Amino acid sequence: MSGRGFIGITAAVFRKDTSSELRTRYALNALFLFTVTTLSIILFSFQSATVPTQVHAGLLWVLIFFAAMSGLSRAFITEEDRGTILLLKLSTISTPVFYGKLLFNVLLLLALTTVLTVLYALVVPGFAVEGLWTLCTALFLGTVGLASASTIIGALIAKANARGTLYPVLSFPIVLPLLLTVIRATTTAMENPSWGAASGEYRVLLSYIVVINAASYLVFDFIWKD
Amino acid sequence: MHNIAISARDLRKDFNRMPVFSGVSFDLGRGETLAVSGRNGSGKSTLLKIVASLLSPTSGTVSMIADGSPVPGRFMFRHIGMVAPYLQVYEEFTALENLSIIDRIRGGSHTAADYERLLSMVSLGKRKHDHVRTFSSGMKQRLKYALAWMERPALLLLDEPRTNLDAEGIAMMLTLFEDQRREGMVIIATNEQEDVDICASRISLGYDGAAKGGGS
Amino acid sequence: MKVFQIILGLWLTAVIVCAYVFPIVPEITGWYQYPVIPGLEEKARILFFHVPLAWTSVVGFLVSVFFAVRYLRAKKLDDDIRSSSAAGLGLLFCALTTLTGAIWAKFSWGSFWNWDPRETSIFVLLLIYGAYFALRSSIQEDEKRATLAAVYAIIAGVTMPFLMFVMPRIIESLHPDPIINTKGKVSMNSTMLVVFLSSLAGFTGLFFWIYSLKVRLARLESGRSTEGA
Repeated sequence: MSGRGFIGITAAVFRKDTSSELRTRYALNALFLFTVTTLSIILFSFQSATVPTQVHAGLLWVLIFFAAMSGLSRAFITEEDRGTILLLKLSTISTPVFYGKLLFNVLLLLALTTVLTVLYALVVPGFAVEGLWTLCTALFLGTVGLASASTIIGALIAKANARGTLYPVLSFPIVLPLLLTVIRATTTAMENPSWGAASGEYRVLLSYIVVINAASYLVFDFIWKD
Repeated sequence: MHNIAISARDLRKDFNRMPVFSGVSFDLGRGETLAVSGRNGSGKSTLLKIVASLLSPTSGTVSMIADGSPVPGRFMFRHIGMVAPYLQVYEEFTALENLSIIDRIRGGSHTAADYERLLSMVSLGKRKHDHVRTFSSGMKQRLKYALAWMERPALLLLDEPRTNLDAEGIAMMLTLFEDQRREGMVIIATNEQEDVDICASRISLGYDGAAKGGGS
Repeated sequence: MKVFQIILGLWLTAVIVCAYVFPIVPEITGWYQYPVIPGLEEKARILFFHVPLAWTSVVGFLVSVFFAVRYLRAKKLDDDIRSSSAAGLGLLFCALTTLTGAIWAKFSWGSFWNWDPRETSIFVLLLIYGAYFALRSSIQEDEKRATLAAVYAIIAGVTMPFLMFVMPRIIESLHPDPIINTKGKVSMNSTMLVVFLSSLAGFTGLFFWIYSLKVRLARLESGRSTEGA
């Protein structure tokens, strides 16, 4: 193996997944429809009722969580189902594949979170934000953490049967501490203009990201083999 | 190409505690070829996957020596090319893209001219810009040969090498086999007598769970 | 083993007798009496069973994670048997914790479920156990099932502490302080404490006894399935 090192190979995996997605649009189509459907259900059910800020924060993250559950498992499942995972295994080691797919999932979910939040703010009445930067920080950290957990669980269930139902079942207890924290940070963003008001939450989110990625790094090799 | 030798010692694989095969050993050096035969379910593909370190054996070892020093298991793939029915290519990309994507993931540095040469070698030159999804199964099999051959691996693993190939494809496969034998090693998993005959040595799996015959 | 069973039986009998028979009185006059804990009164007796149950369900989880790590290191299927047996028992104890807690909550707080931090944590532990077994049942091949279940146990193991840390910051606890209190102030008297700790020890002993039975049974079953097939 000559030339490029670890980063180059990670980038190659990421580029492959990105151009594959842009060509097939499996995840993008599903996520677009998911966003439209769920937002309209919320609009129908709210009608003109006013809803407390905490409900908005919770609802937004319910949307993001289930969007992640419908879109992020594909990265590994598609390789496993088509038998292309063996081609990857014969081409490189486990770590760059994991990070390439993690990067892909993180960017996909970041884009999705942005679209979902903007749409939510535009169409759902009563969603007002005091601290825009708090919201951005919370959304960013929450999305990265959620994508990290979803990626390793996605790698896990790609090897199992009955994945559709298994994915949220396995993910929920893992991401619950993250969800509770980020909902709290989002609520703070809606009520308090000061960026520092949610600094405790940022720290929890950041350490969650570090811990889940360290654990993923350690266990992914075992999923990769066999 | 490095001077590489591979040896398997007392390999055994269990699925759900049931032995698929046991006691498989062989040594292979440069210029040597091995045919693995056995009825369906005797573990030919499993053995090939273990040799390629895609699967870990229940017990026993596969070791590879490159230029006098051992290759760690997780890096063995660098010296291995494989063609197998369960090994698939990316259907949403063209033949040319498949080569360049895998080359980049391998960290290789081949040029577009290299890819084209490989594709014309497997007679896919005219279809290089077509999506693999539109290919027949024989054409996909040819593309797999191009991918396996790209790095000129020291060890070529062929599982049912004639699958879906026409007469011209088989001729291509045999030329490739001759080329590989001159500088490296080949292991073929097969039940075709023709494939067994072109290999210098042979092991049979699945008779009372143990391997018969021996390496060279 | 026999001796251990007899001692365990006598021990737990003694714990049960002490837990139910000793009176709860406002003014302590004898060694056998429990003090009144404001807000708990007679209901305080739950702590001799509920808290040890919760404790053993966490012990089950830790044992399971421990053997999951060992399985990934050595790939011995026996470690998987140990890991899944511990998780199975943990699930049972976790369900019992939820049940006893819910009954007690009905009488103390007026409803079966209140999403108090500790209730939520034990609920999430229940979900993790459920997910763990759902994952196991969806994989046919022993080695693969063992590996993936071990990986999931480890991931759950590293994220669980976050929940312990995050929950109390978010929701006010309804749980009575004297049971597991944060300030190190124990309002049990020494008799109560001794019975409580004996119960903890007894339940831990019970856990490991059933655990060893389960492991032996699972080993026999896996042995038989090999011969039978």
